Amino acid sequence: MYTNPWRKDFPILQDERYVYLDSAATSQRPKQVTDAVTHFYETVNANPLRGLYEWSVGATDAYENARAEAASFIGAARPEEVIFVRNATEALNLAAWTYGRTFINEGDEIVVAITEHHSNILPWQAVAKERKAKLVYLECDEEGTYTEEELRRRIGPKTALVAIAQTSNVLGSSNPVALAAQIAHENGAVMVVDGAQSTPHIPVRVQELGADFFAFSGHKMLGPMGIGVLYGRMELLEKIPPFLRGGEMIEYVTRQDATFAEIPHRFEAGTVNAAGAVGLQAAIGYLKQVGFDAVEQQEVRLTTRLMEGLSKLDYVTVYGPKDPARHSGIVSFNIEGCHPHDVSSLLDLEHIAIRAGHHCAQPLMQYMKIQSSCRASIYFYNTEEEIDRLLEAVPLVREELGYGN
Amino acid sequence: MEIKDMYREIIRDHNMYPDHKEEIEDPDLVLRGVNPSCGDDISLQLKLKDGVITDGSFTGSGCAISQASADLMLELVIGKSSEEALRLADIFNRMIRSEATEEEIEELDEAGALESISHMPARVKCALLGWRTIKEMLQT
Repeated sequence: MYTNPWRKDFPILQDERYVYLDSAATSQRPKQVTDAVTHFYETVNANPLRGLYEWSVGATDAYENARAEAASFIGAARPEEVIFVRNATEALNLAAWTYGRTFINEGDEIVVAITEHHSNILPWQAVAKERKAKLVYLECDEEGTYTEEELRRRIGPKTALVAIAQTSNVLGSSNPVALAAQIAHENGAVMVVDGAQSTPHIPVRVQELGADFFAFSGHKMLGPMGIGVLYGRMELLEKIPPFLRGGEMIEYVTRQDATFAEIPHRFEAGTVNAAGAVGLQAAIGYLKQVGFDAVEQQEVRLTTRLMEGLSKLDYVTVYGPKDPARHSGIVSFNIEGCHPHDVSSLLDLEHIAIRAGHHCAQPLMQYMKIQSSCRASIYFYNTEEEIDRLLEAVPLVREELGYGN
Repeated sequence: MEIKDMYREIIRDHNMYPDHKEEIEDPDLVLRGVNPSCGDDISLQLKLKDGVITDGSFTGSGCAISQASADLMLELVIGKSSEEALRLADIFNRMIRSEATEEEIEELDEAGALESISHMPARVKCALLGWRTIKEMLQT
């Protein structure tokens, strides 16, 4: 029997009663990550970027090292292109409130995909309203695929900005981001990529993707909660106004005016989450050790097992690509007649954690003509036993809700 | 009652075979109740005569808890006065928040079996949908 070599590093997963299949919402953290955070607080904690004494300098170094590591992890040209934020949502809002509000004008079009998470829709909705621009949706087929024809139909001369996730948080399907970026650039538009769901699973190269902005969260990729990244191409960061204003983002302040600090600190007002950044750095280090090939291998192995098992149950509908290898570990499904919230509540009684609901993607749910769905999401630390426990529980849950025997 | 037993013995029956899920003719009051985040969406219909609920029904869709709870509520309040229905709705509300006494819960009859939803904070909204809607209907 295959034993998962990484699972031992995750303290919370040592309790075998629990099956955790909600990593697309947030991953679990290995001890290496929580240790790194503790180590920061126990050895160099002080307010970074301000103090002129040893600990503060140490905290600053730790924070800036983490930035350099994050930059190299996503293939940024330089560390200053990485702005630390709380999460992908804040990153996308930063892009919308600075770039969007400044450079999107009346009559412009903003193109988003119908599969987007609310965090890559609502900021653009707000910008579109304020700037009198039009929000245009790319529509996919049943498997979540966007064709080149569809991209070229929606992205055109009026397009000022295209915002697409690299991987859908509902279908698991990956989107043709590099092609979309190329078409966006041909039309003079800027490309924003939501990498929240892709960064934990595949190597990201922002420059090769053609991303002008790229957002991701630490907590979905083994890092602590409350730390995320907005990558911005330097040329664009130089053009945009500050986001939040206040502490340590200034150069000089008078009663009526202010000049601002250098990039990236201009965009990081207030005391930063240095411990979080250090934790993210440890998460990146851990992921590198595991290797994305191994991550993918284990995810595909388990996704295949889950999808094959579910396909034997004629009352279960699985959404997204037919090929398990295209699911990024995400399997959304419904059990005929059973509301996902009831399914999740009953699975919880067996200590099986899955997500149920609209997954912050209501326009997609409307497009798919479903109210909500169940979602099991897999990461490399999951095991075949966990998949089997879910597969065994599904018929029982259905029975408990009054169907079948 | 354990959550599993509650599902098995109460919710399943009232969700699969509700007694009051239908349209009634010429209702005096109709109100839609929605839990936007879950997609629970019901329409509650009541007939009133001299301050007494003479008939009631609901239509719509949602999770088993929301549907069963609405059905159990109608079972309880049909034949009772508006004031009495509001009083019972208040007890139900407090029961779900673990604030009702045992004597009070007994007054809820079969609906009292939903007490263990107080241990499922994420599902409280589902259980309260029908009761919240009737309260709104009778208070205005």
